[in-house]
Amino acid sequence: MKSILKSLIVALAIAGAALPAMMTSARAQLEIDVNKGTIEPLPIAVTDFLSGNALGAEITGIITADLKRSGLFAPIDRAAFIEKISNPDAAPRFEDWKVINAQALVTGRVTEEADGRLRAEFRLWDTFGGQQLAGEQFFATKSNSRRVAHIIADSIYERLTGEKGYFDTRIVFVDESGPRNARKKRLAIMDQDGANLRYLSDGREIELTPRFSPIRQEITYMSYPTSGAQPSVYLLQIETGQREALGGSSGMSFSPRFSPDGQRVILSLENSGVSNLFTMDLRNRQMTRLTTGNAIDTSPSYSPDGSQIVFTSDRAGSEQIYVMGADGSNPNRISFGGGKYSTPVWSPRGDLVAFTKQTGGEFQIGVMRPDGSGERILSTGNLQEGPTWAPNGRVIMFFRQEPGSGGPKLFSIDLTGRNEQQIPTPNFASDPAWSPLRE
Amino acid sequence: MRRIAAFTTNPIAIAMIAMLAISGCASKKAPNSAADLGLNANNATPGSSQDFTLNVGDRIFFDTDSSVIRADAQQTLAKQAQWLNRYPNYKITVEGHADERGTREYNIALGARRAAATRDYLAAQGVPASRMRTISYGKEKPVALCDDISCQTQNRRAVTVLGGQGS
Repeated sequence: MKSILKSLIVALAIAGAALPAMMTSARAQLEIDVNKGTIEPLPIAVTDFLSGNALGAEITGIITADLKRSGLFAPIDRAAFIEKISNPDAAPRFEDWKVINAQALVTGRVTEEADGRLRAEFRLWDTFGGQQLAGEQFFATKSNSRRVAHIIADSIYERLTGEKGYFDTRIVFVDESGPRNARKKRLAIMDQDGANLRYLSDGREIELTPRFSPIRQEITYMSYPTSGAQPSVYLLQIETGQREALGGSSGMSFSPRFSPDGQRVILSLENSGVSNLFTMDLRNRQMTRLTTGNAIDTSPSYSPDGSQIVFTSDRAGSEQIYVMGADGSNPNRISFGGGKYSTPVWSPRGDLVAFTKQTGGEFQIGVMRPDGSGERILSTGNLQEGPTWAPNGRVIMFFRQEPGSGGPKLFSIDLTGRNEQQIPTPNFASDPAWSPLRE
Repeated sequence: MRRIAAFTTNPIAIAMIAMLAISGCASKKAPNSAADLGLNANNATPGSSQDFTLNVGDRIFFDTDSSVIRADAQQTLAKQAQWLNRYPNYKITVEGHADERGTREYNIALGARRAAATRDYLAAQGVPASRMRTISYGKEKPVALCDDISCQTQNRRAVTVLGGQGS
């Protein structure tokens, strides 16, 4: 498959539309403070992008759904719209939008270029400030029309929240089908909104714990070979399907994750029931031991600067979370909240560690600072685990099995603990891993 | 909630289901027909996998988060070792399993610890290490299929599978 990178060009910002001087002089005050205790979703009107076909409405629908799902925006029903946008380059009639309380307005157009590419343009308006906040145009192949919509939604999100968006991202996860005692567990990849789902294998092997490379279209995961040989960690090239075992030892290797520079995979190696942490350098395939002892050390995750590692260990009896230097030095326990803690994942912003906690017969998804302070539980349930961060560090995805449901599904939740959403998947689903923002 | 009551209360059925589900490629001798399910302990051929499963017991159970071989499990493993020493041509795979009440990665490690403890116990009873290999399935292959916590006791197990690839 041709790289999307090459076919998607972000053009320069569109110049502001000609506006009366008194309008452009207004200072933009329109901003969502995502760190406030309670967030009132911002009313926004996303008009149908002008086009000669159904594509305009489709792109508008994708943008609207992204913004709504974030919990930070309240898209206004188009039935309430008064002005019909006929020229997205001209200033709208702000009064018409103010009267329906649309604080922000999105207009746009999508056209087909002579070479067959799509050209999509949008403008974001501050209706009460009476000015244009953003304007950009994009060129893309037709097959990337959904991506264009996500990129526009990211741009709107970033302009209005001051934070990077996360809509132009993908999720790799474990698709689970079949009866519970003989369940097929295979890797699948989809856009963050559930679209464009594609299976990455035929499902003959049990495949678990996929993780994205931060720098390449590459995944590391664990698989049980059909031969009955020891399960092992693998690398998989998403575009070509090429895969390679990284294990190389007599025991089992599992729980892999990339280093932030994408040059190493950190993983657990098991020998006679003891699991320790190692890194494999992908450039020379050298394995380096990081932990020793007779405990279970697993679920490692690097800090975004690569200097530290957070992991699960039962060295003191029960599963708890520890932080150590990237060379294995100075391991320190950071979880002391009562209960068992596991699957720590460092936030891409570096400020928090997400985890699974078991206490009182329930499973919780929570966050704490890397020094163990400030523990906050975001979600409590019967059986839920495996947090993964959106690349902007604002949203966490995990999987949950409701009692009697027969299997797990994927859920996302805001860092504030609000706006929980189920992610649509065709079958049961587990082990989500969020990609970086695509380039 | 659908409960498969007949399977979860009948130990023989549990054993058979497990053999069907888990050892399809590891053991060509696993019972795999409806007729096999009608077998009772008295007409299993001595030295057969049915004999091992029905008269010896192919699995032991663990306490939560533990890999300690319990007293009841020690009895089962002593019988397993005796049988394996009587029929020295079998190689075995010891499968370690965990219940659902733990995270996936930790449970994979915990299953490995249980399998290793089981293998070590069998080795101490005279079963040569060269005949044994271990594998962990974590919580990926439950046999008791209900959400109730009491069900999980059957999932925290180590299963000795005949005909596994010796290591």
